[in-house]
Amino acid sequence: MLKIQGLKASIDGQPILNGIDLEIGRGEVHAIMGPNGSGKSTLSNVIAGREDYEIESGSLEFEGTDLMELAPEERAHLGLFLSFQYPVEIPGVSVTNFVKTAINQHRKAKGLEPMEAKDMLRLMREKMELLGMDKGFLSRSLNEGFSGGEKKRNEIFQMALLEPKLAILDETDSGLDIDALRIVAEGVNALRSPERSILVITHYQRLLEYIQPDFIHVLHKGRIVKSGDKGLALELEKRGYDWLKEKEAEV
Amino acid sequence: MSMDSLKDRLQSSFIVFENELKEETRSPLHSIRRQAMKRFEAQGFPSVKLEDWKYTNLKPIVKGDYTVFADREQGLEFSEIKRFFLNELDTYKIVFVDGRYSSWLSSTTHQNYDICTFSAGLRRHRSVIDAYFSKAAWGERSLVALNTAFAREGAFVRIPAGKVVEKPIEVMHISTGSIGDSMNQPRGLIVLEEGAEATLIERHQNLGNARVLTNSVTEVFAGAGSHFHYLKIQNDSPTTALIDHTSIVQERDSRVDVGTFVFGGRFVRNELEFKLEGPGANAGMIGLSLVDADQFVDHHTGVDHVAPHCQSDELYKGVYDGKSQGVFNGRIMVRPGAQKTNAFQQNHNVLLGEKATVDTKPQLEIFADDVKCSHGCTIGQLDEDALFYLRSRGIPAHEAQALLLYAFGEEIIAKVPLPELRQRLSRLMARKLNVDFELSL
Ligand SMILES: Nc1ncnc2c1ncn2[C@@H]1O[C@H](COP(=O)(O)OP(=O)(O)OP(=O)(O)O)[C@@H](O)[C@H]1O
Ligand SMILES: [Mg+2]
Repeated sequence: MLKIQGLKASIDGQPILNGIDLEIGRGEVHAIMGPNGSGKSTLSNVIAGREDYEIESGSLEFEGTDLMELAPEERAHLGLFLSFQYPVEIPGVSVTNFVKTAINQHRKAKGLEPMEAKDMLRLMREKMELLGMDKGFLSRSLNEGFSGGEKKRNEIFQMALLEPKLAILDETDSGLDIDALRIVAEGVNALRSPERSILVITHYQRLLEYIQPDFIHVLHKGRIVKSGDKGLALELEKRGYDWLKEKEAEV
Repeated sequence: MSMDSLKDRLQSSFIVFENELKEETRSPLHSIRRQAMKRFEAQGFPSVKLEDWKYTNLKPIVKGDYTVFADREQGLEFSEIKRFFLNELDTYKIVFVDGRYSSWLSSTTHQNYDICTFSAGLRRHRSVIDAYFSKAAWGERSLVALNTAFAREGAFVRIPAGKVVEKPIEVMHISTGSIGDSMNQPRGLIVLEEGAEATLIERHQNLGNARVLTNSVTEVFAGAGSHFHYLKIQNDSPTTALIDHTSIVQERDSRVDVGTFVFGGRFVRNELEFKLEGPGANAGMIGLSLVDADQFVDHHTGVDHVAPHCQSDELYKGVYDGKSQGVFNGRIMVRPGAQKTNAFQQNHNVLLGEKATVDTKPQLEIFADDVKCSHGCTIGQLDEDALFYLRSRGIPAHEAQALLLYAFGEEIIAKVPLPELRQRLSRLMARKLNVDFELSL
């Protein structure tokens, strides 16, 4: 589904991704872990199409389509979704209006008519219920004054509505209390299917207990330094990252 | 044509005007006109050498072969101008076509209150006009003086004490272009006696491709405890120039809110002057400019806090695309006796076009010690993080930008009193941003 080869990216001449190779197959769940500043969010931003980065080399394909030349909205229309580590506050744009616009723009890209207002409302209600969200939140300004946990829940709410083929969850678990974590994980799991792939970025083993990944990768200094199965997460939890950093130094 | 030729033409038109007035030239009102004409003759059109006109160059505007008086009436059907009105509402209408009152298109009243024309006011309420005319907008500014010299038509609204006008009043100045390039000088007078209430919406619309120069002056007198909402929709064609001066005098506990919405027009200069003479008076100003191409928009506001315990609140926002140009100058004067004054001013601008510019300047002159005054201005671009966030959800760049601009403008539109007008303004905004109106809902 997603195929990244030799991806190098920099910002203001500063290299951040130093040759990433990653392949995510249909229906697979991958997790990326790694120390702060290792390039996890940069990687997700580059996949989603953020233009601030210079792509030095490498390729980025989604279902055989070259993503490099596509705008962020076109990537979204193909079925890519990024749950932001730091969702942006947008005063004056209500959650309803935003979500409605996003859904109808997806439909437009597929050549479909805008969704009927009552269907839209029903769909929103259903997903909110699934994620244990309060009704009042629909009329609030997007992420404005939301608590950390509410912002993350709002990301998953959008994901549930847009039903992407590949969802990248960038630290969706940080800032969530234990109950919220479970609810969000259930929301993610509800979306799991043999057709859909997920890339989870996290620092904690706990989320991975709910969302069982097929593969785990460790990112360090813009490179994947180790890949393994879910046992790797437990090992990291016990041993930290130092042994991997040392290993890299040997190489 | 040189700058002086319009001045010359105006001088000779004044003689023609006086001949038409006959007996009327002996009235006290006319001596005010004469004095004003003298002042204009002495000062001429303001030049960029004047501090208040530093960024606002009238030269290319007054260069033109403008007809000063329309010699014939132009017949128009309501259907031709219907789109400019708030058709969802029952409203009073005062309509002028090429500077002349059109009773055919208007819907005025003399019951309970007078909602009519300046000329009708002169016939029926001479004492009111003598009591108020030129008392708020005195002729110190040469363009106000020029308008005063030619004052004879415009909106006249007089609401007696305690009366509330339930229907909004729409004042429409239409130019047909059938008399070629033309100059209009409407003169409005609005008097709200104690406790009176009214809402007025004003537009200038040029139907043709001719050049139109409007030099408008409106005086508002808000009696004790009165409440006036004044909304200006400036969405004229690209061949128009509008100079709009409004002077407002407020008595004790009165409240006047003025909203100025600029979407169209080649050149717009707004001058909005408040004088808070009675304690407890409250002045509100909101403004939203959404311009592009080579449009020019200038907002000059002034609040004169004379009495204590008054409040003025000002929030102007602007979005400048293309190589458009904006000017904001907000003067707040707090006189020595005006203790317990609250005066707030904000001006926020988004530059979309690489060649767009904004000059913004607060001007605070505070001569009392117990006052709360704040002001702030910003000039910036749209938030890149927000744009990326929206686009990552499948909202194309153009729509994402429009959503953010809607949100920016909505803060102003939300303060407009009539829901029908709010919707109209949102639609105008959508059209200007070239996006589906649905996006704003
Ligand atoms: N816009 C930017 N300008 C300058 N440096 C940047 C920018 N974005 C990222 N970086 C740098 O790139 C490096 C990788 O950042 P990134 O956010 O991808 O790390 P991360 O792995 O997601 O970290 P965390 O676990 O803290 O979220 C950091 O050193 C960061 O400072
Ligand atoms: Mg990160």
